[in-house]
Amino acid sequence: MIKLLQIPINFKAFLIEIGDLAYFASRFFKEVFSSPFEFKELVRQCYIIGNRSLLLVGVTGFILGLVFTLQSRPTLMEFGAESWMPSMVSISIVREIGPMMIALICAGRISSGIGAELGSMRVTEQIDAMEVSGTNPFKYLVVTRIMATTLMVPLLIIFGDAIALYGSAIVENLKGDVSYQLYFNKVFNALKFADLIPAIIKTVFFGFAIGLVGTYKGYNCKKGTAGVGEASNSAVVYTSMLLFIIDFIAVFIADIFFEI
Amino acid sequence: MKNKKNIAPVLKIKDLKKSFGDNHVLNGFTMELYKGENLVIMGKSGSGKSVMIKCLVGLMEPDSGDIEIMSKAIHQLGRNELDNLRTKIGFLFQGSALYDSMTVRENLEFPLRKNKEKFKQKETLVLEALENVGLTHAIDLMPVELSGGMKRRVALARAIILKPKIIIYDEPTTGLDPITAKEIIELMREIQQKHGTSSLIITHDVDCARVTANRMILLIDGINYAEGTFQELATSTDKKIQAFFK
Repeated sequence: MIKLLQIPINFKAFLIEIGDLAYFASRFFKEVFSSPFEFKELVRQCYIIGNRSLLLVGVTGFILGLVFTLQSRPTLMEFGAESWMPSMVSISIVREIGPMMIALICAGRISSGIGAELGSMRVTEQIDAMEVSGTNPFKYLVVTRIMATTLMVPLLIIFGDAIALYGSAIVENLKGDVSYQLYFNKVFNALKFADLIPAIIKTVFFGFAIGLVGTYKGYNCKKGTAGVGEASNSAVVYTSMLLFIIDFIAVFIADIFFEI
Repeated sequence: MKNKKNIAPVLKIKDLKKSFGDNHVLNGFTMELYKGENLVIMGKSGSGKSVMIKCLVGLMEPDSGDIEIMSKAIHQLGRNELDNLRTKIGFLFQGSALYDSMTVRENLEFPLRKNKEKFKQKETLVLEALENVGLTHAIDLMPVELSGGMKRRVALARAIILKPKIIIYDEPTTGLDPITAKEIIELMREIQQKHGTSSLIITHDVDCARVTANRMILLIDGINYAEGTFQELATSTDKKIQAFFK
């Protein structure tokens, strides 16, 4: 009986959380266009988020392309369709697998990092200290981080996609005697405007979601040091969930406008 | 301080109330702080001292009551006006609250960002503030490289860098060894004498209260239970008051 009652209680808490997140997002849009603008902090955050994730995204993309090609090759060979490999790999990676995988990696690396950093600042009263010194901490800490992830995550995903295609080309070159020139010719012939634009647009929303959830969880962190771990952990869980929802909506809309 | 009652206070709290659910933390707390005065507020842990000062600087919204700082009612101020008023108040946090990702220099420069004139003189102001607390050699260190006492000194330097009219100390000696605590208390006195600031000191450290207080308020059951000099309160026969001085 208690367990049955717990479901609506948890659902209510979930809805409250969604409401709070929406309010937090609306505050971001209100503050992002009002002065003063924290350009220096924005550039610093872009550097931290972009540069420090580069290696992780590069390695993930490379292995993704490598493994995807190795796993798909035997099946395509069975049907005598190995010449379709570059087209299949490029469309799959650029449209779906690359953005989603790299966004999930960024959720784990960036969103949890932001959640832990701001959470720790909240419990050690650093955010309060900023507020009493006459600085708007929301603008300085939240707006800059969301802006930075919105700008940098798409670039990281494009970089990751490129590395994944390079990984795939290496496998094709070694296993199928396909030259790099031929491989990339086939890749660029296969990719169309309708593959690239929706995929790039959705990465902007991925970046926004990663920054928004990370900052929301960290900025509203409570319950002392235990709350910092919780903020970091729930930032990853919520972001991952949100990424799948955004992806579903993006594919649905792209299907209407681009007939993919 | 009785003669000062004819002068307008720099800080005034009237009938402040704040509850968290059924827990009534402040039940109509009233106090006034006068220019150049060191006012100590003592109370047990959980008595609402920190809640009171958070309401004072606008970090928390009270349920009811009036707060006036330098004749400005803070609940009537907009964001920018409140931020401008906050630059006239120095705040020393219990845990120092230094920004982890910044050096000591950057920590001290941070409050200057709002004021273009002062930001131009940042080098001089940072060095001057660090000289006041005897830590010029630590200017390029990160907070993680500082001891507890050094962190508190840097936090104090950050609190005074804008030459505030009022300094609020939240448990300035908590978590420090007795010798370092004495050094911090001495520093607080020096700063008060040098800059003529008004100080509001929240503490449960009797030694700190004895050395620094011109006047004391005991915060019990969410109200201003007793008020007077350290000597007057220390010799009181009231059992609730005596409990603080045992």
